Amino acid sequence: MEALSEFDLLRPTTLAGVLEARSAHPNSRLLGGGTDLLVNIRRGIVAPPVLIDVTGVGELRCMKADAHGLEIGACVTLTEIAGHAGVARIYPVVAQAAASIAGPTHRNMGTLGGNLCLDTRCIFYNQSEWWRQANNHCLKTTGDMCHVAPKSRGVCFATFSGDLAPALLTLGAEVDLLGPGGRRSLPLRELYIGVARHDEKATGGDGKNYLALKQGEIVTAVRARHEPGLRSAYDKVRIRRSIEYPVAGVAVALRRDGETLADLRVAITGTNPRPVLLEGTQALCGGKLDAGVFKGLDELVRDQIMSMKTTFTPGHYRRRVAGVLARRLVTRLFGQG
Amino acid sequence: MARILEFILNGRKRLDAVPDNRLLLDYLRETVGLTGTKTGCDGGECGACTVLVDDQPTLSCLTLAASVAGKRVDTVESLGANGALSAVQQGFHEKLGSQCGYCTPGFIMASAGLLRKNPKPSEEEIRSALGSNICRCTGYVKIIEAVQHAAKLYAAGEARP
Ligand SMILES: Cc1cc2nc3c(=O)[nH]c(=O)nc-3n(C[C@H](O)[C@H](O)[C@H](O)COP(=O)(O)OP(=O)(O)OC[C@H]3O[C@@H](n4cnc5c(N)ncnc54)[C@H](O)[C@@H]3O)c2cc1C
Ligand code: SF4
Ligand code: FES
Ligand code: FES
Repeated sequence: MEALSEFDLLRPTTLAGVLEARSAHPNSRLLGGGTDLLVNIRRGIVAPPVLIDVTGVGELRCMKADAHGLEIGACVTLTEIAGHAGVARIYPVVAQAAASIAGPTHRNMGTLGGNLCLDTRCIFYNQSEWWRQANNHCLKTTGDMCHVAPKSRGVCFATFSGDLAPALLTLGAEVDLLGPGGRRSLPLRELYIGVARHDEKATGGDGKNYLALKQGEIVTAVRARHEPGLRSAYDKVRIRRSIEYPVAGVAVALRRDGETLADLRVAITGTNPRPVLLEGTQALCGGKLDAGVFKGLDELVRDQIMSMKTTFTPGHYRRRVAGVLARRLVTRLFGQG
Repeated sequence: MARILEFILNGRKRLDAVPDNRLLLDYLRETVGLTGTKTGCDGGECGACTVLVDDQPTLSCLTLAASVAGKRVDTVESLGANGALSAVQQGFHEKLGSQCGYCTPGFIMASAGLLRKNPKPSEEEIRSALGSNICRCTGYVKIIEAVQHAAKLYAAGEARP
């Protein structure tokens, strides 16, 4: 038995208690199901002095999915999301994404909040202490270079791999945050700032600094409006069918109006340091679903999906997989009765 | 920090002082001495450490002991009673669901969790319920047969899962 680094555990039962604990311990980390954070603590990747277990906070457990909208609290588990009848019927992309995460036991533990804030991943990062030390660490921890892109000049390309974010992005979801300055809401898209240097519109974020959360801020819930006629689905490719992060995961939502593709949204995870809601899909709408749409979609994937060699599979392979999954989902959803 | 942890372990109330940073897995094995629950990896990748927390399969290697306060935890040691095997144990025994045995306590607890919720699972439901557990020996076929057999034994009223 190797003891974990020393930390104090706080278990507040109200949001006010969480905020209080946060301001008393600025270096604390939130603990949801622990399926990401405790792995990283065990591997000596992070060593927060205080953990705040939020799973006992009733205010973070709301769950609504009906013809008005979708609302899921940060501490709702993946099992609960995947098994919710309203989510499965009205927001299938979300239920399918939740059901595809890790394995069933992990899903009993993992929460929405932990999944949205999931740490980014890299083969040079998700390793034991001695492995990383033998490799002189890297930018994302205490080292001074990136082993994936040695010339990156301070930019980390670790990959965002959460499955719920792309699903929720196709629904135009908003995320509710609570911090010392009060409550605020953001389009979920704006929670993710891991643009990294390669993207033109760099905002400073990368694989290390990947969330727009301010000091002390937490995710309390995610919400989406119901849009009649929107069909949606999620699919991912991984090395094996469970206990494994996505090689690439794709969420698609579209609307069909007679023979016309009236709306199209595609979001991709497992490739960039952020989940990417493809820009430019609206321009592909308004006509039939023909070869031109697929060609346009391929181009959007090619231009916006930038996979680096952060996993066992090469970056260009992940990009191709993402493109193929997107095509398949679009075809299937468009053809659905 | 440490705290007094009070919970129900294998049907009995238990009180212990535990440090905040103690994993449930280490607590069970080192503090209580229940070594049926296995450590198979460095965090979340194998399922050998699966226990039931309020009847839900849970990875004890990614659970802090302090967080089961007030809950019910069942380990593989809770299953057999008075020398008789539980339905799942009997199923694994008769259908050769275990070879080296290292993964077995985890598979048995994941299976027990499934049968407590769904006593008549389909093969597909069994496969997906065991999706967090890895076995290097059996090739899984025998394990699935073992759970199917256990479900029959349970339905016949022979033993609890
Ligand atoms: C073997 C294995 C395979 C996995 N495969 C997948 C996979 O395929 N897809 C996938 O998406 N995930 C996968 N995961 C990761 C994980 O199980 C899920 O992403 C899960 O939803 C994480 O949630 P959690 O509550 O356990 O997170 P935690 O570990 O509790 O937290 C994760 C991070 O989020 C922060 N956090 C938690 N809650 C909040 C909040 N409310 N506000 C702000 N920050 C918060 C924590 O501080 C931490 O940094 C896998 C994990 C393992 C061990
Ligand atoms: S992308 Fe580079 S800096 Fe980021 S975790 Fe991997 S090796 Fe480290
Ligand atoms: S010991 Fe491998 S999953 Fe817990
Ligand atoms: S029986 Fe040997 S690992 Fe499963």
